Amino acid sequence: MFKKSISTFILFLLTISYAYGDKVKVGMITTLSGGGSGLGIDIRDGFALAVKDEPNIEIISGDDQRKPDIAVQLADKMIQSDKVDIITGIVWSNLAMAVVPAVVNQGKFYLSPNAGPSLLAGKKCHKNYFNIAWQNDNLHEAAGGYASSAGFKNSFIIAPNYPAGKDALTGYKRFFKGSIENEVYTKLGQTDYAAEIAKIRASNADSVYFFLPGGMGIAFIKQFSQAQVDLPLVGPAFSFDQGILKAVGDAALGVKNTSQWSKDIENAENKKFVEDFQSAYGRLPSLYASQGYDTGKIIVSAMANASIKDMDAFREALKNAPSQGFKSTRGKFSFSSNHHPIQDIYVREVVEENGTLTNKLISSGLVDHSNFYVDQCKM
Amino acid sequence: MSLQLFIEQLLNGIQFGFMLFLMSAGLTLIFGVMGLINLAHGSFFMIGAFSASFVAGLTGNFFLAILASLIFPALIGIMVEFSIIRKLYERDHLDQVLATFALILIFSEAIRYIFGAFPLFLDIPNILQGNILLPGEIVYSKYRLIIIIIGLFIALGLYFLINRTLLGIQIKAGQNDRQMIRVLGINISRLYTIVFAIGAALAGLAGALIGAIQSVEVGMGEPVLILAFVVIVIGGIGSIKGALIGALLIGVLDTMARLFLPIFFELIMETSQALSLGSSLASMSAYLLMALVLIFRPTGLFGKK
Repeated sequence: MFKKSISTFILFLLTISYAYGDKVKVGMITTLSGGGSGLGIDIRDGFALAVKDEPNIEIISGDDQRKPDIAVQLADKMIQSDKVDIITGIVWSNLAMAVVPAVVNQGKFYLSPNAGPSLLAGKKCHKNYFNIAWQNDNLHEAAGGYASSAGFKNSFIIAPNYPAGKDALTGYKRFFKGSIENEVYTKLGQTDYAAEIAKIRASNADSVYFFLPGGMGIAFIKQFSQAQVDLPLVGPAFSFDQGILKAVGDAALGVKNTSQWSKDIENAENKKFVEDFQSAYGRLPSLYASQGYDTGKIIVSAMANASIKDMDAFREALKNAPSQGFKSTRGKFSFSSNHHPIQDIYVREVVEENGTLTNKLISSGLVDHSNFYVDQCKM
Repeated sequence: MSLQLFIEQLLNGIQFGFMLFLMSAGLTLIFGVMGLINLAHGSFFMIGAFSASFVAGLTGNFFLAILASLIFPALIGIMVEFSIIRKLYERDHLDQVLATFALILIFSEAIRYIFGAFPLFLDIPNILQGNILLPGEIVYSKYRLIIIIIGLFIALGLYFLINRTLLGIQIKAGQNDRQMIRVLGINISRLYTIVFAIGAALAGLAGALIGAIQSVEVGMGEPVLILAFVVIVIGGIGSIKGALIGALLIGVLDTMARLFLPIFFELIMETSQALSLGSSLASMSAYLLMALVLIFRPTGLFGKK
């Protein structure tokens, strides 16, 4: 009798926790070695943290080494021999452009935890493609809006000469009401900005906006500060993220930057995420980690409401996750018709907190912000 | 554009050139003396920056950090020369490329394993922060001026070493005829180790000096390595003088192209196209120069034959 009731109880537990007990295989293609690996490692760790209590998710990881051809090979291998259901993890827009169309056309889901190139939001959008982070232009649009509201009239803007760099400056200009003193495109991967900073010093600009992800941004902020150019600097969160602030040092203090996430956004989910991440990995989470975490949680939520075997139902469950139990670390979150987030984008300031440089929220820049490409997307 | 801005940019170009010189001097020496194509040279740049960052973090002293950026890469260079590189001298270039490429991967992952995947912090000391007023109302960064001065001293030092010391004579002899100097009873393997260590130390120094104004991260050496190869092809493989002239040419050309090409194209076409085309062409300028030099002087400006 006792045995029987125990087994019934266990059976009962099983039925509630695994409404649809089908295993979901997730292919995690991200940058784990070489330059830029900090971003990929954060996405992977955030994702793993989100799904650690969900035994029906199996993660298969692969290191794309930041190279499009390797990412494509990994995706092929994961789809053909590992038979994954969902692929996620890619950090860089150029890699996403190489991988995503092939993945979604083969009837697999792709959930982007970072890259959001405009083409995938607009003309090349797809019903199996979801972006959990942002459309590439979003943070820059918020920065343009912030610069206007801060009273800047004339900006010097700078970005690398590649598609995401052009998207960035386009996004900034879309929401900035002032004039543009000069628009400079630098070589991708350039790390010496002496020539550009001399130009900035000689210009009549009253503010500088830059989008220089990774090491480029570290180099730019340090050199800008060392050159003692007395102009306010505005940037997207990428150059002021937790992993980067350590390397930039005090040069970043006081700089305003825009982000959809910050570790001090007040909601229960975010509080739990920041605490769990710190205790699991011994470091503060970055926005990349939060995006990986949200991606994991969306999958967990969709699994509770649909079976991966039924693609249409699972797609609906992903799309409706924000109203069916998924709670984003960012607070308000829903999907636009082209499967990109509708969310608030905040303005943060770099401050020193107990001897560590970090970000503090100072205002909400854009509220319930969607993206510019919704109308171009025909699913 | 004011004259001051022009001169400031010229100085920026020269500073960039001296940084490239530190990298390419070692590369060209190693190729000239041992006939070795060393792709792992960029790794010593990275090791220099990481050792400097590590020592600066421990002691808070920038000058000790710079010292560390010379010593650690030299020691690691000696170890690598002893254990791996030595076996490659008699092999063909393709084997050398393969083996030293493997070294890049090993060094990068080892550094990531030790220091983690996130960039490290290294800043210039307070007394070198900020600008200095040069004659003619030119405002210029103190630290970059120091890089120029260090570069000048290293160039002079190498000139002295090659032309005035016994070691220099052996190096020159080694470049001319490896067989002969072995026959003359000179300890060639010791010479090779010394040259390799000097090359590694110079790359490490460049890494630390540059790491302080850029970012200290895994993989930071490879972009510089590519330009250093361009420099030694332009200057003539094996020639220190060629490396110096080549590095300064590339440094100034690259900086000036970034400054003037977008302005130039704006005169003849629409702004957004001009900016994009100008900056694309500017990033190609070093390679265009290399192509030109190869057409007219296939062995480089100061190459033999």
